[in-house]
Amino acid sequence: MMNLIQTITSKVPVLPLFATSESRQAGGAAEARTSTGTSGTSGTGKAEKRMRMETHDLTVRYGSTVGVKNVSLPIYDKQVLALIGPSGCGKTTYLRALNRMHDLTRGATVTGSVLLDGKNIYDSEVNPVIIRRRIGMVFQKPTPFPTMSIYDNVVAGLKLVGIRKKNVLDEVCERALKQAALFGEVKDRLNSPGSSLSGGQQQRLSIARALAVDPEVMLMDEPTSSLDPQSTSRIEDLIHELKNQVTIVIVTHNMQQAARVSDNTAFFYVGDLIEYGPTSTLFTKPKETRTEEYITGQFG
Amino acid sequence: MKTLLQRNIRDRIMESLLVLSTIVVLLPLIIILVHVVLNGISALNWDFFTQELGSPSRAMQGRPTGLVHTIIGTVVIDFLALFLAVPIGMGAGIMLSEFPDHKLNPTLRIMNDTLNGMPAILKGLLAFVLIVKPMGTFSGLAGAVALAFVMIPIIARTTESALMSIPWSIREAGLAIGLPRWRVVLSTVMPAARFGLVTGTLIAFARAAGEAAPLLFTSFGNNYLPNHWLGMLLGPVDTLPQRLYSLAISPYSHWHSMGWAAAIVLLVFVIFCFATARYLTRQKH
Amino acid sequence: MTLDNNNPANGSKEAQELLRRPPSALYRWLGDRIFAVVVVMLGMSIIALAAGMAIVLYGEGSAALRQFGFLGFVTGTTWDPAVQLVFGAFPFLFGTVVTSVAALLISFFPAIGVAIFTAEYAPRWLSAIIDNLIQLIAAVPSVVIGIWGIFVLAPWMRDNVYLPIFTWAETSYPALLPILGNPMGYGLATATIVLSLMIVPFTTALAKDAIKSVPVAQREASRALGATKWEVIRMAVLPYARGGILAGAILSLGRAIGETMAVAMLIGNKNTLPFSIFGAGATMPSVIVNEFREAVETLHLSSLMAVGFTLFIIALIVNLAAAYLTRKFSIKGGQVV
Repeated sequence: MMNLIQTITSKVPVLPLFATSESRQAGGAAEARTSTGTSGTSGTGKAEKRMRMETHDLTVRYGSTVGVKNVSLPIYDKQVLALIGPSGCGKTTYLRALNRMHDLTRGATVTGSVLLDGKNIYDSEVNPVIIRRRIGMVFQKPTPFPTMSIYDNVVAGLKLVGIRKKNVLDEVCERALKQAALFGEVKDRLNSPGSSLSGGQQQRLSIARALAVDPEVMLMDEPTSSLDPQSTSRIEDLIHELKNQVTIVIVTHNMQQAARVSDNTAFFYVGDLIEYGPTSTLFTKPKETRTEEYITGQFG
Repeated sequence: MKTLLQRNIRDRIMESLLVLSTIVVLLPLIIILVHVVLNGISALNWDFFTQELGSPSRAMQGRPTGLVHTIIGTVVIDFLALFLAVPIGMGAGIMLSEFPDHKLNPTLRIMNDTLNGMPAILKGLLAFVLIVKPMGTFSGLAGAVALAFVMIPIIARTTESALMSIPWSIREAGLAIGLPRWRVVLSTVMPAARFGLVTGTLIAFARAAGEAAPLLFTSFGNNYLPNHWLGMLLGPVDTLPQRLYSLAISPYSHWHSMGWAAAIVLLVFVIFCFATARYLTRQKH
Repeated sequence: MTLDNNNPANGSKEAQELLRRPPSALYRWLGDRIFAVVVVMLGMSIIALAAGMAIVLYGEGSAALRQFGFLGFVTGTTWDPAVQLVFGAFPFLFGTVVTSVAALLISFFPAIGVAIFTAEYAPRWLSAIIDNLIQLIAAVPSVVIGIWGIFVLAPWMRDNVYLPIFTWAETSYPALLPILGNPMGYGLATATIVLSLMIVPFTTALAKDAIKSVPVAQREASRALGATKWEVIRMAVLPYARGGILAGAILSLGRAIGETMAVAMLIGNKNTLPFSIFGAGATMPSVIVNEFREAVETLHLSSLMAVGFTLFIIALIVNLAAAYLTRKFSIKGGQVV
């Protein structure tokens, strides 16, 4: 029996839960490859730009339909990458490939590679559960766990994997809620149900929940599209703060939002990556006509 | 060509027929309930709840007799059956809902629907062959297994339905913070579905609690309380539905009165469970 | 938020340690694999259960089926456990079919009537009460209806219905007597009557669902043509709902076939044809109930099991038909108890 368990668990990932300093250097040693079409290496003026993640020829198919085709993109550490494009262009499909959410979609096949610190997360010995702790995700509609309090919601990612020491949970809860700029509003009612918050607060709760497990990358799928303008701008401010701590990739159908919050932008159209570059460049001097047409509102 | 007046008259007639149908259907129910209460209430005395049945002569001689062993037996067997049925039923429901692509699912659904529609007596026969024959004796265990066979398909169906009503986004949210699937199902989805899960289980319990046929050849019946609790599992045991049947077809009038009383107890028990399930369903909304 | 060990914003050492530690084997693939295996095994046990029922009933009944041949068994009219040890199940087949079909015919229109009344005419509060009462009919255990039947219904029917008809037939129409049979009170007629009451909820529930799901557009179109309320129902609603109504009827038939206790207590237990309307009879479930506990001969037991197998086959066919129809007309499976 023990042999059986050993055999089973020996196949389980060697990939550490969090990047240690060694693996960070290994990731940094990889060249910063950019996508087809643009260079965009020195636009932001940052002193050192390291790639936290990158994709090579990433293709996602649902049965015979293609969601995204051959997308190669760099995702720089502690920067915000915005994915824009009209509906159905594949930006959300691309985003979900970054944390292996397609593993659960019927008939979805993913080819190409997605590297986190240089290692392909789709390798066979990589455990997707661990990947999703390192790469967190926030969805369009906030979904607090309906039966849990605010506190339990935030620490769910710890409590439900066996970390139960109260002092640790308390500390993580406070830290995550502060990071999500929600602590002040809820600190006196941490035990009330998660569903008792307003829409904007629920979304920040979802962000806190994702931050509690200390991810390296945060994926955000149109996080403000179901919120009112005030909550939207609060979350945009939040993104500005957060990017000092986490790498962020955000899908948005709102171009102004992309221009406001991101450092780099990628424009998708019908499953293809059309253009990628620093946000300021892409929005003022886009290289492709299609990009220009979209930005100037001629379609989408 | 009918005139408007004729059509209106016809409308009125149809409406009266519909009301009549409703009365025709509901009246017997009321009559049954009234008869049960009127005939049984007098036998619902202290002895009923504290004495064993014993032989027919006990009743005929006016000595104390009752159905305490029956009530205890019913409770024991019903809960044992629940204990056996819930893991299997919920497991199947989880399989259908959380692993929707599994290739056995269509087969499982058909088989489950089939089992659901099978008369309970066949489930009793199955338990007879599987448990009574090898054991060589009628037993409470066999009765519990037979009732579990009745409960399982109902629990499976209601569990699947309850879990499927939880939006997929809850599962995604759990997975996105790095929870393994089993944690997501057990700790986020199932608690969210707890109303549906509980009411489904209650309904299955109530259905099985009213069944007599499967018990006739499994727990068989016993005029006395077994000495040891193990005797309940390994030997014949009395249960309300089966005892009700025996009393009703017996030739002794005192036993008939006890039969009516047993009917009241059984009715109250079963209706209470159904009503609770109904109440919980409405609470959710 | 990565490992800047000097950054106090990351939290205490303890928290960092815990977050950094890889989760135990249970929380990795092992946990998910165990979960999947357990769940699938539980699911498969239901498949095993269903298959087991068919196999066991056939297996136990095979002695009788081999002796008489399946067709011979099912068409044989002699059931004699005492003298000849010959077992033919046709009387029970006949009894089941006759009582079930008759019960369906008797209950169909009243059940639909209730469905229409609660769906279209009754005010909300009344509908709710009626619905609950109908559900109550399905909730009442069969034995309770049985005991009421024995001590209340059967004597009453005998005295107020059967006997008068019988005496009338004696004087005016003697040719009818053999069909009517002896008015004892227990018999096919009484059993059929309780059966019709017991299966009403199933037809009503599915019919009501079907009626309620008729789109408003259909009704409005008829109204706009100047139809009266009943005419709208007859022309627009019922035809549209006929799928669900049919499914409800077949479901009721399936329940009638399997209904055991009340029928066994009221049908009088006569094992030989011909059956008469007022006279005793038997159905497949009733003969099993009435003879199983006393059966000692192996062939007798085996024959009873074979009757069970036959019941299984018939119930299977009817339920598959009901399931097919329910899915075809995508009525939700009915909240019937």
